[in-house]
Amino acid sequence: MTPETTTTAGTSGTVVTPEGPVSTGGPASTNTFESHDDASDSERIASGSAVPQPPTLHPRRLPNPIRPSAFGAQDALILVAAAMSSLCLVWVIFYQLTSLSGGVGFLVCWYVGFVALTWIATAQIIERQVATDRVVAVIVVSAALLIVAIVVFIVVWVCYKAIPSIHWGSLFTKDQKSFVVTDPNALNQVGVVHAIIGTFEQVLMAVLIGVPFAIATAVYLNEVKGWGVKTVRTVVTAMSGTPSVVAGIFIYSMLILTHVLTYSGFAASLALVVILLPSVTRVVEEVLRVVPSGLREASLALGAPEWRTVWSVVLPTARSGVVTAVLLGIARIVGETAPLLFTAFGSQVTNWKGYFNHDQGALPLVIFSDVRQAQDVLINLAFQAAFVLLAIVLVLFVLARIFSRPKGKNGKRRKARPDDDDLMARMFVPIPIEQNEETR
Amino acid sequence: MTATLPSTSLGDAEHPQVFTGTPSAGEPGQVDAHDVCAWFGDRLVLETVDLVMEKSKVTALIGPSGCGKSTFLRIINRMHEVVPGAQLAGSVKLDGVDIYGPGQRAMETRRHIGMVFQKPNPFPAMTIAENVLAGLKFSRSSPVNKNDLIEESLTKGGLWNEVKDRLGELGGALSGGQQQRLCIARSLAVKPRVLLMDEPCSALDPTSTLRIEQTIKEIASEVTVVIVTHNMQQAQRVSDYCAFFLAEENQPGRVIEAGRTTTIFGSPTDQRTFDYVNGQFG
Repeated sequence: MTPETTTTAGTSGTVVTPEGPVSTGGPASTNTFESHDDASDSERIASGSAVPQPPTLHPRRLPNPIRPSAFGAQDALILVAAAMSSLCLVWVIFYQLTSLSGGVGFLVCWYVGFVALTWIATAQIIERQVATDRVVAVIVVSAALLIVAIVVFIVVWVCYKAIPSIHWGSLFTKDQKSFVVTDPNALNQVGVVHAIIGTFEQVLMAVLIGVPFAIATAVYLNEVKGWGVKTVRTVVTAMSGTPSVVAGIFIYSMLILTHVLTYSGFAASLALVVILLPSVTRVVEEVLRVVPSGLREASLALGAPEWRTVWSVVLPTARSGVVTAVLLGIARIVGETAPLLFTAFGSQVTNWKGYFNHDQGALPLVIFSDVRQAQDVLINLAFQAAFVLLAIVLVLFVLARIFSRPKGKNGKRRKARPDDDDLMARMFVPIPIEQNEETR
Repeated sequence: MTATLPSTSLGDAEHPQVFTGTPSAGEPGQVDAHDVCAWFGDRLVLETVDLVMEKSKVTALIGPSGCGKSTFLRIINRMHEVVPGAQLAGSVKLDGVDIYGPGQRAMETRRHIGMVFQKPNPFPAMTIAENVLAGLKFSRSSPVNKNDLIEESLTKGGLWNEVKDRLGELGGALSGGQQQRLCIARSLAVKPRVLLMDEPCSALDPTSTLRIEQTIKEIASEVTVVIVTHNMQQAQRVSDYCAFFLAEENQPGRVIEAGRTTTIFGSPTDQRTFDYVNGQFG
């Protein structure tokens, strides 16, 4: 037996006797209850029961843990019973006693009945204050569920309409120029590649133009203490309320009607910049605001000029937040339709070279124009475009969530944790807690 | 009311020199503050402070909260003017050159007069090594040998042995005390002539505090240290000279008494100093 294993056995053989703890730390020391025998040590290690149980040590009996206010079987039963009774009651009133009809009305009446019966039942069985509490909980939870249900419904509906008719071979390789109205199998002749290219070019250029402006504006709002800050912030806030169709009209009347530009992807990008700027600016500003002012002072105290402080300290500290802001901004503009209507105008053919001087397709425009057509092929194509758009937005949101996750100590992004839910809180590289508390 | 440290030389005030790249860069410097007043908006918070901070010595600024110690400290390296609405008067001379003189730039001054803050504030997006080199990066000067400078600075900061194997980790990964020593190393890397410390240990536990006090004693031969502290024992342990600040009710802060630490704590001339250092008030 090597000294290491002996030591291990000895250490794990530390026992608590009525006289107090007795360590059998080394190979030479002896155990209170048995002679220190190498063979028995090895056996104990092998059998896995390393600690000999001293006779005086009783296993502590823990009481069963309870959660007094937990949601129990009785509560669930009340809810189920209320839901069922409401269903029956409303059915009787709705269809038997009165001549009402209609699914939506029935659902609304059922829900009201359900809430009312929940209150009555809980008040009878438990007490009135609990009943009110329970009813508020039911309303709040059902509101949250409704929102989730709507999102799920939209996604499922688009998938349901799009996926069965998708012709994967052509969707991402063909455009709509060879579409023949009379061909029932036209779906394998058409695709949305022209729209994907158009959307890609338009959004990319909008980001290239808009993001530097947005970050610069955010730096101005947060780092520069000038008279204009309040005004600019108000204007930016107002700008984020600009209806997107107005952004389109603006570019249309300023640049297209004046023949500065023709209908083109570039004109669409400019309209999208108007939408992108305020949203990215506000989020980046919020992100910069949370950077502790102590870091700025530390940088200045090292002799850094202010631009250096912003460039090398403030922005890197907020880097993941800025990336998240940009990704969310892209997700915001990628599905914008109104600004494209009279800027990109839409096109049936692929023209990635014609970005600056030719009308161009885009995914939202395909949806907008094709879903109103008579041919099933085009309606299906519109849903497929919607499907592709949803997928793009989904990818962007996943990326945003990954980037907004703080980096671990080793500089790599750690895995998601349950406490990650606060998006704003997750936008930063780890900042020591003492600094986080520092506010201006 | 003014008080002056027993100083031998007051600097060569009549010879305006710009200390950019002078041979004395990196040597400990002497700071003479004369008639320094400070305002926040219209409120006078510091009145006519005259104080000499001797070369290669540790000077402690003590006094109750709100008496202008930190404000005075921030005036020494022109950090006071960063605060919106802050104003000041008087002169502060580093080896005879008025840092508020015409043509003196705040950035240049701050490179010569470094500062360590109350809360450890390593740059969280930078590694330990990058944190040490941050000051040089900011001033666009490249050291002859980065690795040597990192080791030298961290050794002076008393942190080298603990972090030499993980220089690539982020600065935020260190403990609070280590972070503060990293901040000291970061300030020393630009070879300042004066190092200002604004309650550098108030956010730290006693062990880390002791460690930082050791560091202060070790670096005092190479850099003049001015430290603000609320801890009287700390002032006694680390400082050679001491200045007692006090702001009486609705009055701006003033220096009540200044002198050798042994004198201030042993036989102060002013009753208020005696009361304060003996824990009678404040």
